[in-house]
Amino acid sequence: MEGWENTLIYNREGNSGATHSWLRLSSLNPPAMRSTRHQPVRQATMHLILFFLFAGFCLAGAINLLWQTHPINSALSLIVVMTSLAVLYLLLGAEFLAIAQIIVYAGAVMVLFTFVVMLLNAGRQERTLGSRAASRVGFPAVVVFLAVIATIILRAQGLVSAHLGVGLTNAKDSSNLVVLSQVLFHELLLPFELTSVLILIAILGAVAIARREGSERTAEK
Amino acid sequence: MSFLQHDVPLTWYLLLSAVLFSLGVVGFLIKRNLITVFMSIELMLNAVNLSFVVFAYQWHEVKGQIFVFFVMVVAAAEAAVGLAIIIAVFRVRATLAVDRIDLMKL
Repeated sequence: MEGWENTLIYNREGNSGATHSWLRLSSLNPPAMRSTRHQPVRQATMHLILFFLFAGFCLAGAINLLWQTHPINSALSLIVVMTSLAVLYLLLGAEFLAIAQIIVYAGAVMVLFTFVVMLLNAGRQERTLGSRAASRVGFPAVVVFLAVIATIILRAQGLVSAHLGVGLTNAKDSSNLVVLSQVLFHELLLPFELTSVLILIAILGAVAIARREGSERTAEK
Repeated sequence: MSFLQHDVPLTWYLLLSAVLFSLGVVGFLIKRNLITVFMSIELMLNAVNLSFVVFAYQWHEVKGQIFVFFVMVVAAAEAAVGLAIIIAVFRVRATLAVDRIDLMKL
């Protein structure tokens, strides 16, 4: 408990270096940790290992989603993708989003998906390569898109690392839940309240659409 | 050495995001099941969320994370309504194959 308070004070001082907030949270005495010389290197390799592990899980899950023919298998691999993405969010210092990702996506949304798959008794589908329009226009478009985006990202690599270096030296910690909630509930209070209205409308709409509307429609079918 | 100090280059995260998005588009194109097509859309949303988080980390700007939060809220609402539509469509057409659901009228 004391360690957590220390960590919060430490965060509020905005005195964060290249260390990551989740590592800081898990350690009991952050300033002592920073003073040792070897720690950043060890953290960096750990970050590297975790990144490769969970990026691999992510890609494997996404490819498996495409490969599987049964919808329930696709849904389960999508859960793998979302959970690995939550770990990547942790690595990027977004703890709140990681937890929200697990609760909202891997929890609520995917339960909805698996529930609908089971409710509709969706069966195995044959593996296809898409329609003619998809193979003629879609796949070249995807390849071109990926190539363009990858080129832009790789070209901007020097730019990225330059800005990163500047940002980390005078770091105002973006991972802090305190900062996030302050912005969310002060500056963006109206959009936040509007999302609650949106959710309410979505719930009502879902109930209204999915409700069985009399027996004449089904009898006619 | 600078590589070790800066941990994983953010470029790799962005490339992962781009690849995930492309896999989502490919899934959208090759899948013939309505629910799986919808899952591919969710995959694309997640890929975009990842790049939002990466840029929020790079600029030390918390608004990027808030944007992801709003995307999650809207995606949850979208999933609820979309799955309700899928249930309604299945009730009328008794199929989930997108090739057979190509007419707006009954």
